[in-house]
Amino acid sequence: MGQKLLMKGNEAIAEAAIRAGCLHYFGYPITPQTEISHYMAKKLPKVGGVFLQAESEVAAINMVYGSGSTGTRVMTSSSSPGISLKQEGLSYIAGSQIPAVVVNIVRSGPGLGGIQPAQSDYFQSCKGGGHGDYRQIVLAPSSVQELYELTVEAFNLADRYRMVAMIMGDGNLGQMMEVVEFRNEEPIEHYDKQWATVGHENSREQNVVTSIHLNPAVLEKMNLDLQEKYRVIKEKECRYEIYNQDADIFIVAYGIVARIAKSVIEMAKDKGINVGLLRPITLWPFPDQAFDQVIDKAKAFLTVEMSSGQMLEDVKLALNGRKPVYFHGRMGGMVPARDDIMKEIRNIYNLHVKND
Amino acid sequence: MAIVFQKPKALKDTPMHYCPGCTHGIAHRLVAEALDELDIEGKTIGIASVGCSYNSYDYFGCDMIQAPHGRAPAVATGVKRSKPDNVVFTYQGDGDLAAIGTAEIVHAAARGEKITVIFINNTIYGMTSGQMAPTTLLNQYSTTTPYGRIADQHGFPINVCEMLATLEGPAYIERVSLHDVKHIKKAKQAVKKAFKVQIANKGFSLVELLSTCPTNWGLSPVESLKRVEDDMIPHYPLGVFKGKDLEV
Repeated sequence: MGQKLLMKGNEAIAEAAIRAGCLHYFGYPITPQTEISHYMAKKLPKVGGVFLQAESEVAAINMVYGSGSTGTRVMTSSSSPGISLKQEGLSYIAGSQIPAVVVNIVRSGPGLGGIQPAQSDYFQSCKGGGHGDYRQIVLAPSSVQELYELTVEAFNLADRYRMVAMIMGDGNLGQMMEVVEFRNEEPIEHYDKQWATVGHENSREQNVVTSIHLNPAVLEKMNLDLQEKYRVIKEKECRYEIYNQDADIFIVAYGIVARIAKSVIEMAKDKGINVGLLRPITLWPFPDQAFDQVIDKAKAFLTVEMSSGQMLEDVKLALNGRKPVYFHGRMGGMVPARDDIMKEIRNIYNLHVKND
Repeated sequence: MAIVFQKPKALKDTPMHYCPGCTHGIAHRLVAEALDELDIEGKTIGIASVGCSYNSYDYFGCDMIQAPHGRAPAVATGVKRSKPDNVVFTYQGDGDLAAIGTAEIVHAAARGEKITVIFINNTIYGMTSGQMAPTTLLNQYSTTTPYGRIADQHGFPINVCEMLATLEGPAYIERVSLHDVKHIKKAKQAVKKAFKVQIANKGFSLVELLSTCPTNWGLSPVESLKRVEDDMIPHYPLGVFKGKDLEV
């Protein structure tokens, strides 16, 4: 590893993108992710890149669609209400199979909501926020270091599968400062983008980037191809962390909440309760197999989210009734407190572990 | 024997789906002739929009991208900024450009994006079957103005060229008509100039082509051409609105 820098989460994302070879950025201002734009506006012109402040989120995602169609590594970033506006573009990008990286530094909703952190865009990000049967890879970092590493990885995943890879952080992660240790060289994957619309130069057939197929049989085939791609991704690209594998009770949490969970685990240990953490790093594909690794010993699971319980549904699907699942969530920009989570753990312990 | 007239190279040999008497075919031809004569098809990227010309990539031979409704200027911006040495054009109708895509066209023009916009104004939504467009004339019938467009209820038609010409960004804006041979010849020069402006890196260029929609106007092709001359040109005067003295 190389240089160490104290950085804001948002800046780490921007720096990671540039290191990953993304020199083209299109965005629109929205709190709490504006530092990404500021960083790009300052740095990109100096390295021969393109920074453009679009007239809207809608325009920004379509600029990404155009730039990505030429095979260029490209990114946009926003926060929840802005990401809602991008859904049309995200659906087109999915249908046209264009690689792009999109950052969502989630704030609380619904509506204009607030600027405090939340995880309430899980459904929108993981279940297809726009129209049509599509998915996007959703990566959920839980530290500034991971914001950097997963952003680099997002560009490789986007190129590898020709689709959107989304970094889903939250207002906390975007704004907090931590030390980041950068690699001397980034593991950039290179792909031959023969599909790109860069002008045929009279030397090959026309390339067309499109998502419209009025013949239903052709459109169904296109959908089947997409679903096959998603199947492969689900098989190969699930990422997760299991902490304290032999635990009796598992907290399932991602992003900043997983950090809180780790300190709850320490509190529980002092009280003689054996608690572990199952942290999905890819929210889509959701790492179902991680649950199989702990299910034999685990007595119960507690999902903790900054939402009304969105990932909770995927946890229940993964467990498929095999073990009890509990939930603790806060909304509106409130962050789950350690003591409150500990209270839930104690209840679960009394119900499922104590007299076992 | 010498060939005096043939299909432009930049048009594919695909039968067009446009209705009889529709001027899209002529507009396509003018764009393709410009690509041929400037020898730029190989480095051109076209942006198809949403509307009757959603699949213009089936007719144009250059590389193309199909854009969401109204977003073609934003998609074109992304392409041009990432590939500044390529030639980039959008092909958009009046519903696409002047209603749902108003923000995108205004800001692409204001930024002076070095793209060329081919703007088809036939005063109606064609593909969705004849609804009122922002360009629909007062008293004009449409499926959503069955009693005619009434200013008090539906507002007034938008003159896109005049509106965009108030901006500093555009280098060249002209309105032409496709209703007869004389005007088609003029239109051809305008389309070609718009591409030359882009190649010369002068800035944003837009050509509005007054066009027909016999199917949704409920007129014959000949009556439609006459309507362009009699009803549309008085409201949408022809001419250069920006870049009159621009030499390229």
